[in-house]
Amino acid sequence: MKTNMNLLSKMNRRHWMQRIQNLGLLALGTCFVPSLVFAKKEDADVTIQKITGGAKIQEGKVTLTIPPLVENGNLVVLKVSVDSPMTANDYVKTIHVIAEGNPLPNIFTVYLTPRSGTANVTTRVRLADSQRVWAIAQMNNGSFWQGSAETLVTLSACTEMV
Amino acid sequence: MSKTSRTSITMPSSAKQGAIIEIRAIAQHDMESGFRYTESGKLVPRDIIRTFICTYNDVEVFKADFYPGIGANPLIIFTTIATESGTLEFKWAGDDGYEAVNQARITVS
Repeated sequence: MKTNMNLLSKMNRRHWMQRIQNLGLLALGTCFVPSLVFAKKEDADVTIQKITGGAKIQEGKVTLTIPPLVENGNLVVLKVSVDSPMTANDYVKTIHVIAEGNPLPNIFTVYLTPRSGTANVTTRVRLADSQRVWAIAQMNNGSFWQGSAETLVTLSACTEMV
Repeated sequence: MSKTSRTSITMPSSAKQGAIIEIRAIAQHDMESGFRYTESGKLVPRDIIRTFICTYNDVEVFKADFYPGIGANPLIIFTTIATESGTLEFKWAGDDGYEAVNQARITVS
């Protein structure tokens, strides 16, 4: 009876070990399939759709500057400038920055007024992967303009452990 | 529970009327994205600054919404036109009741 119990507990342990191993494999799997973890281009499209409400986006006017090669995705200097006179009749209302490869495509939104003088904004962002980053500007007349920049990230943000 | 942190503003203290001035605003904040896990597999909850507002003599001139895609210690550089002497007030607000306020004076000639 005692040996029987021993065998059972051994069996149990082996069983558990196997389970844990399987779990480990699964976890490894998700590491190698980034599509499961990060947003895809479609998510970014949905976000852009939400911003524009289906309105047509024209190419141009917006310049997005990011380094073409980024060593560390945790702090990337990003500059957006929109070609606009910024007068009371013709100014940039909002600028949205969207990263198609981030877990959450939205990075930031800024609201400008004619009192801004220029439509230049600089900040530091996180990039999870090598990807294309979009900037979409809405003018006061409701038209949308976009610009984009591509970058290569060697060390990505958001994946590291704490 | 209310939190706050150190902030810093860099901008000219005087300017000619109508000149475009550049303002750099930085706040000390981890901007925890809510996408990171601890080694034991627990998700670290999101804790970020959500909004930043700049008012010039109580008139809003600039506003920004932040998402987890903004790096730690968010820095934002923007411009405004120096219209009159007065005070610029900068306000950050975020998760868990985070709030920070900073002010800067400008003399316009």
